[in-house]
Amino acid sequence: MPITAEARERLTADAAEIVARYPQPRSALLPLLHLVQSEEGHVSPDGVAFCAEVLDLTTAEVSAVATFYSQFKRRPNGTYTIGVCRNTLCAIMGGDEIYASLAEHLGIVDGQTTTDGMITLERVECNAACDYAPVVMANWEFFDNQTPASARELVDSLRAGEDVAPTRGAAKVCTFKEVSRVLAGFHDGRAGEGLSAGEPTLRGLRLAREQGWDGGPVRTEPAGVGAAAAGEPTPRGGVTSAHDAPPVPARTRRRAGTTAGRPAAQATTGEDAPGSASAADGTEEA
Amino acid sequence: MPTPLTPVLSATWDARDSWTLDAYEKQGGYQALRTALTMEPDAVVALVKDSGLRGRGGAGFPTGMKWGFLPKPDGGPRYLVVNADESEPGTCKDIPLMLASPHVLVEGAIIAAHAIRAAKAFIYLRGEVVHVYRRLLAAVAEAKDRGYLGANILGSGFDLDLVVHAGAGAYICGEETALLDSLEGRRGQPRLRPPFPAVAGLYARPTVVNNVESIASVPSIVANGPDWFSGMGTGKSAGVGLFSLSGHVTRPGQYEAPLGITLRELLDLAGGVRHGHELKFWTPGGSSTPLLTAEHLDVPLDFESVAGAGSMLGTRALQIFDETTSVVRAVLRWTEFYAHESCGKCTPCREGTYWLVQVLRRIEAGKGTEEDIEKLLDICDNILGRAFCALGDGATSPIVSAVKFFRDEFVAGTHTPAWELFPYERSTLFAEVPAR
Repeated sequence: MPITAEARERLTADAAEIVARYPQPRSALLPLLHLVQSEEGHVSPDGVAFCAEVLDLTTAEVSAVATFYSQFKRRPNGTYTIGVCRNTLCAIMGGDEIYASLAEHLGIVDGQTTTDGMITLERVECNAACDYAPVVMANWEFFDNQTPASARELVDSLRAGEDVAPTRGAAKVCTFKEVSRVLAGFHDGRAGEGLSAGEPTLRGLRLAREQGWDGGPVRTEPAGVGAAAAGEPTPRGGVTSAHDAPPVPARTRRRAGTTAGRPAAQATTGEDAPGSASAADGTEEA
Repeated sequence: MPTPLTPVLSATWDARDSWTLDAYEKQGGYQALRTALTMEPDAVVALVKDSGLRGRGGAGFPTGMKWGFLPKPDGGPRYLVVNADESEPGTCKDIPLMLASPHVLVEGAIIAAHAIRAAKAFIYLRGEVVHVYRRLLAAVAEAKDRGYLGANILGSGFDLDLVVHAGAGAYICGEETALLDSLEGRRGQPRLRPPFPAVAGLYARPTVVNNVESIASVPSIVANGPDWFSGMGTGKSAGVGLFSLSGHVTRPGQYEAPLGITLRELLDLAGGVRHGHELKFWTPGGSSTPLLTAEHLDVPLDFESVAGAGSMLGTRALQIFDETTSVVRAVLRWTEFYAHESCGKCTPCREGTYWLVQVLRRIEAGKGTEEDIEKLLDICDNILGRAFCALGDGATSPIVSAVKFFRDEFVAGTHTPAWELFPYERSTLFAEVPAR
């Protein structure tokens, strides 16, 4: 599908906006490649030529860059890229089983697209969500703690044209073209959707609040906004104020509350919460 | 006295709409910027030096010293580049930080740019996290609207333009010189050093490249003082950091603590290894840091102590594997990753990682030969220290350490497949569900 004259005009205006962000035009190449992908669903020869023209590069120079990065597709991509993390940690936690199940369910393997053009299946490398393993990415939105069944359900819903909300991300998974446009640096108005953080992200914080561990002064604060009550995150005010800061201690090798010297079995097996506080982060199950 | 956990960066993450400017300001956000803008740039550099902050992206180079390496201003441009390309296997701290609190990074970047006298700064975010990109774009727009970015910030006379740039999928771009090439619109391949980026970085101009967590730590250091920060941690490893527990642990997640906490303490906080199982091996700071075992539970997780135990603190990405896990399988998968992500520029890494995969695949399949273990170690020996950048060195870490601690499993690979020795379904989180 060649880039139409109408599209070219639109892309040219967008390209000028992208180029203007950078001190030197060539820095715009990666966002420009995301941009042409947002038009055609992949980086076509037309897309390469467009980038080359905008930046006064040869098509060979643009192709060399486009083929280096895994997010730039040389063949038409599905409406949704489903990326199963198969790096070691996710693979061992179940990513291999999820991938095998999806491949069988969809009848395709790595890099292929379903005949309806909806799903491209990929194995992806670590996507920085290991505390949510096993992880599946749908158009670069997080689907955390997946199972083979939940992943099959995800692709079935997407193929049926339903809106699907990621675990942490926008209110719904946008199309590959829409997401490519965001990656070119254009707001889509969805930044305010979704969570601040999933439960694993907050575990250390919740535990510290329950235990009254503030760790010393943390940023200056309007007076009166004190430490959070145990178990209950204080909206907007969980930060300890500077006035109740403890004196700064000399750097110490061991600190209060450590458990050094206990036999390995006590720390490394079982599911009891630290110290005497059982079910320390029980709020997450609620 | 610092407590076992010390939420600083993570302290705002559970606030309602924590990613917005309003929420961040209610938590005291952008107060440190006001303070910093009253200080001379060199005084901000000195303050960060005094805090003892060391780079949080893995290498641990002192942040203030890195800033101090920039040559004297010559009237030409200077750049700050934030490395938000978090891709090291196991590392999962910067992405949640930016999702929950993009403004702490923006504030830190403005302070850092002021310190190094840069008028243009970039956040290079990996492209595979679109919602984080949305949050950063929105945060920069909000900060600009409120006068924290742009011309004459808060009337100080300091100008800064901050651009959030999305990468496109390449682990190598986490290497700072490859990142700079990528940001210049090229294939992300590392550069020969020297010259270092401080002298000839982006567009061959003086450039500071810092990790997200390093830059995000700056506002609290400015707000609370260098003594507060250096009062936490151990020895030459000052302050707090995010420790990311993942894998076979009861409550995986982010635990922010002073450097020097031990894995035993962290596991205690996280409910231990998953019920009914025991620790087999772990990484202290991502897959490029040599594996450790249960012998190392009491090693303080600071730069010096972990190095003393034969590994590296890295990114504090604590990947926990229990006794159901085949170390051969784990190491093969990491090696496949390095082979896939090798940029191809230098021969030891490009060819070496390819051959390591071939040998490890036959060991996993129980078809290894008597010579294979020595062959693996020999190939590693020919990569380590001979590759162009740290990717090649990192590729050897899991292999050499796994052979050191679990040689028997590699020997078993001469006759028995790893999946028979360690049925893979036992390692999954959903072992009760037949996968196939």
